[in-house]
Amino acid sequence: MTYDYHEPETVAEALDLMARHGEDAHLVAGATAFTLLWRQGLLRPGHVIGLRRIVGLGGITATDKELVIGATATHREIERSADVARHCPALTRTFASVATVRIRNQATLGGNLAHADPAQDPPPMLMALGAEVVAASAAGERTIALDDLFVDVFTTSLRSDEVLTAIRVPALAPGTHATYLKFLPQTADDYATVSVAATMRFTDDGEVADVRVALGACGPTPVRARSVEDALAGAVPDAARIADAAARVDADIAPFDDVRGSAGYKRDMARVWTERALLSLVEGRA
Amino acid sequence: MRADRRLIDALRDDLGCIGTKEGCSIGVCGACSVLVDGKLLSACLMPAVFVSGRAVTTVEGLARGDELSPLQDAFIREGGFQCGICTPGQLIAATALLAERRRPSDDEIREWMMGNLCRCTGYHGITRAIKAAMA
Ligand SMILES: Cc1cc2nc3c(=O)[nH]c(=O)nc-3n(C[C@H](O)[C@H](O)[C@H](O)COP(=O)(O)OP(=O)(O)OC[C@H]3O[C@@H](n4cnc5c(N)ncnc54)[C@H](O)[C@@H]3O)c2cc1C
Ligand code: FES
Ligand code: FES
Repeated sequence: MTYDYHEPETVAEALDLMARHGEDAHLVAGATAFTLLWRQGLLRPGHVIGLRRIVGLGGITATDKELVIGATATHREIERSADVARHCPALTRTFASVATVRIRNQATLGGNLAHADPAQDPPPMLMALGAEVVAASAAGERTIALDDLFVDVFTTSLRSDEVLTAIRVPALAPGTHATYLKFLPQTADDYATVSVAATMRFTDDGEVADVRVALGACGPTPVRARSVEDALAGAVPDAARIADAAARVDADIAPFDDVRGSAGYKRDMARVWTERALLSLVEGRA
Repeated sequence: MRADRRLIDALRDDLGCIGTKEGCSIGVCGACSVLVDGKLLSACLMPAVFVSGRAVTTVEGLARGDELSPLQDAFIREGGFQCGICTPGQLIAATALLAERRRPSDDEIREWMMGNLCRCTGYHGITRAIKAAMA
């Protein structure tokens, strides 16, 4: 059995095809995840709609206010973009840490976010940066904060009649430091065992003015570590305070056992790597 | 062509270009590495319909007639392979690397080539061959 393949050239044409074929239609961008799921028989659409020819879904643009990444931009385009590097070097490093050059040449950011594997790298970094996605449907456009996008393993709040068109990353407040740490105890091209993204800004007195922490591979979705953030807000982030805040990550995560470690091990590693991420931001401020 | 054919199926089964190998079938091992418009990709993850109108380079396309590419020559001279099953993929990946960075550092070579697994050489011969081809 196979499917009919369609390649619309505009978002409007894609939405038309989706309306015509309803639940029997499936979108693909880079098709890396789709090819694997198709071959395993986990997806059986009658119609596949390729997004790669839609010019308006590609590209990366930067203004003073925000960075806008098209849904079909590949990981490698983002990794190599001078605009992205200027906006946030940690974002460049996040994309460079995804799998291998081969995968990064093919897989797209829109596909990554819509696929919603909780161990993926871009989601926690984009959460920590306060990003949002733009979703288009016949009814118009809406934006969804990254914090509200992920619902469960492989499940997002995108509706089946929506195309994710772009990812918007707001400009960081001046003086904001950002990092992404990916813990890879097995091979360098693996998915994270745990990953931690964090941003922090300090007052002139050295107190924490702003902090956002998000983790990947620590449960059914990437998560904000609100308990950690609350423990640091307004504090002078010395080593003891950071150790205390990092330990609170336990309340924010719900990891499960898999080939990359037991739930208990991931809990320990989430604390260790959260502490390392926060320390690196405080040390990097000098 | 059926829409669900992958590039690896089109190459090996439809065109008989069996230089490109299939190992893991899930994008991890690099045996199926090919260049599409010069970009390094996994033929096992790429729908064949995606390459319509684009240039695909496989290991068969590296030599000019009987004249091996500098990388192919260096792999032979430096012991860059033993059983050879990973070699087409290694050669294609290394070709893409040297097209993008004329003189990659040792770290850059390792980082780029990490997606191409080899069960035989221990990788030293491969790295040596890439450096020899740069010289
Ligand atoms: C070997 C391997 C290793 C990997 N390692 C990592 C890793 O270390 N870190 C990491 O973060 N990721 C990793 N990935 C995942 C990879 O980044 C994702 O599979 C990829 O981002 C999916 O992108 P794609 O464009 O190929 O998606 P596709 O396969 O085209 O689509 C994936 C899903 O998203 C939907 N979709 C795609 N685009 C849109 C859109 N614009 N709007 C709405 N829905 C859409 C599709 O319908 C489909 O359900 C790895 C993948 C492979 C194969
Ligand atoms: S067969 Fe394609 S990467 Fe292993
Ligand atoms: S030469 Fe045998 S696997 Fe590489």
